[in-house]
Amino acid sequence: MTLIEILASACLAVGVFFFFAGTVGLLRFPDVHSRLHALTKADNLGLAFIVLGAGIHFGDVMIAAKLALVWFLAVFAAGAAAQLVARAALRTGDEP
Amino acid sequence: MSLVFDIALCALILGVAAMALLGRGLFASLAFFIVYGLLIALAWLSLNAIDVALAEAAIGAGVTGVLLIGAWQALNAQSALDPDPVAHWITRVFAGLGCLAIGGLLALAILAMPGGTGLTTEVIDTQGQLDLGNSVTAVLLGFRAYDTLLESIVLLAALVAVWSLTPQGLWGGIPGPRHRTRPDGVMASFGRLLPPAGLIAGVYLVWAGSDAPGGAFQAGTVLAAAWILAVLAGLQDEPEVTSPLLRAALLIGPALFLLVGAVGAGFGGFLAYPEGFEKPVILAIEYALALSIAATLALLVAGPPRRPGGAR
Repeated sequence: MTLIEILASACLAVGVFFFFAGTVGLLRFPDVHSRLHALTKADNLGLAFIVLGAGIHFGDVMIAAKLALVWFLAVFAAGAAAQLVARAALRTGDEP
Repeated sequence: MSLVFDIALCALILGVAAMALLGRGLFASLAFFIVYGLLIALAWLSLNAIDVALAEAAIGAGVTGVLLIGAWQALNAQSALDPDPVAHWITRVFAGLGCLAIGGLLALAILAMPGGTGLTTEVIDTQGQLDLGNSVTAVLLGFRAYDTLLESIVLLAALVAVWSLTPQGLWGGIPGPRHRTRPDGVMASFGRLLPPAGLIAGVYLVWAGSDAPGGAFQAGTVLAAAWILAVLAGLQDEPEVTSPLLRAALLIGPALFLLVGAVGAGFGGFLAYPEGFEKPVILAIEYALALSIAATLALLVAGPPRRPGGAR
């Protein structure tokens, strides 16, 4: 295994860990707002590490830039969706 | 991709399909159906069918998902949702038998096909005559253009069906509710940031479609998403259904396609492209179709007119 492979695998493993943590939070937390908190924060970080790992694995600046763009759009969409879900939950009387 | 990945993906697809069918809540079934569409797109990607994967993700998961959720919301608002949507067991047994029969016949037909490559070599050998680098575009707009023409007309017919549900007195009105958002809120910012990226992605998909994965349907869906987002964010209202500009956008794709087909009748058959001009004609149809598909899908999501027009 080269250093690059080790680095890429480590990033992927860290990414999977954050996704796992986010999913545990989604299943275990008691209300909408804390579940959203677990999902958006942990999953966005997990995606960042997976994108980083994939970028290192491919070792190509163009591919890495496209992956980074995917991550940026995903973070932006997840953040906006989380805000909207949180507000909708407030309106239906689910206290944070 | 690796065998382990494919097996895991197949297991996930079957599991999600089962959840979509067996789940008790209708909304949960819809959510699983959308996830199912995304997983199927991954499966197409794993088979190297990038065009199909793009179409499945954009139309199968995206637009269909939005339409289904919209239908659920409309039913829920009228309290018309069936609280216990599980059909009688006899119905379910017959539905299951029907699915088994269709699945079995399909499997038989696929296993009976001669050779492993189908028509791939024939397409690759002849697509040079159309000057197209993307075999899928060559099939969709060259060799099987008739199917694509009918598909674009089916979409238009679906919109006509939706519009025929317009309430009395609202014809010429504006589809969908008026969306109001706080001007500095999350939704408005989202609606300002994403449509430009969607426009670029949509134009790129149709521009690249002749030589790389992409094409009118994928591009049209991305453009429709940008349109829907701008409306949802309250930045732009839907046009009146009688607007001449809107009618032109809806009709230009199928109309140009039909016109080319009719002219082609003079060159040796319906939809025969004039020799030497195949690529420019196909490109013109692709661009016009992308615009029409975008307008049709966006208005399908908006639904029939619900407000009188003219008063903004």
